[in-house]
Amino acid sequence: MTQQLDIIGETGIQFFGKISASISHEFKNALAIINENAGLLDDFTLMAEKGIPIDPERLRFPAENIAKQIQRANEIVKRMNQFSHSTDKSLKMLELGEMTKFMATISERFAAIRSITLDTKLPETPIMILTHPFLLETLIFLCLDFAMDAVGEKKTIGIITGKTENSVCLRFTGLKRLGEVQTDFPTGREMSLLAYLNAELATETDAGEIILYLPEKISESENT
Amino acid sequence: MKILLVDDETELVSTLAERLEIRGIEAEWVSNGEDALKKTETQSYDLAVLDVKMPKIGGFKLKKILHEKYPDMKFIFLTGHGSEDDFKAGTVEAGVAYYLVKPVKIEALIEKIHAALGEHE
Repeated sequence: MTQQLDIIGETGIQFFGKISASISHEFKNALAIINENAGLLDDFTLMAEKGIPIDPERLRFPAENIAKQIQRANEIVKRMNQFSHSTDKSLKMLELGEMTKFMATISERFAAIRSITLDTKLPETPIMILTHPFLLETLIFLCLDFAMDAVGEKKTIGIITGKTENSVCLRFTGLKRLGEVQTDFPTGREMSLLAYLNAELATETDAGEIILYLPEKISESENT
Repeated sequence: MKILLVDDETELVSTLAERLEIRGIEAEWVSNGEDALKKTETQSYDLAVLDVKMPKIGGFKLKKILHEKYPDMKFIFLTGHGSEDDFKAGTVEAGVAYYLVKPVKIEALIEKIHAALGEHE
């Protein structure tokens, strides 16, 4: 059990680090664009001071870019804040579709670098589950990371939230290369998280899917 | 002197190109490696400024391809990477002496351009 908790702790820290680095990278890009556009406005000011006529239209784009990037930076910070707060409670009632959508959003940059699109399909009715939010995020991220290795030629991973008779499930679809990918997935990291979250993972090679089955509530006494 | 800027952050790369043009440096931009390869087939560039992390073809890989096709072309890497030491190691491995960490100061970029081209301002 101690070894399992060590693995979970280490995996969780690595996941937190990866997401923090990705979000801060994106934030830096927004700052860089603001910096360049502010610089461009400064260039125009200097040109005007020298008596060079400036078309007002040329001023509009940098100003619009700055406003757009401030909005973007604000969204990035909101995401970072939401992500950081997922470590607040060891058990929390949450809506699985919303969490899945959030995970797709914070994983977008990892997917984009590999030219992959994440297509999230939300459930028709909300699916509430009682679980460990941060560890579930970690497990979903690991599943997504593996799914990106196994995605087919269409380069689109479907993430579909649904219900089964006794549990809820998350399907990662479009993984047409599941049979080709040389891997020992799920590894000890995923197995430890699955055990902690009372969850199960199924691999459907022919259908090109991995399916994560989650209980509607995990036992408070066992895992807190 | 003709520069090609490649970065998937289009608002950044287009603005950098415009600021270079204002300073009398001919600069064009594209937002990915594939377009950079197409562009270099029809245009000749003295130097390329490459973002390291881009979809499909990253900066390090793109530099390798371009260098093989155009051995005289010079390169500067651009990154938003937080850890400069890690990034620096990557640039050395790629055989590029010049790099800049975002946000970029235009004067610093111009200085690196001249240095990479072996020119004095």
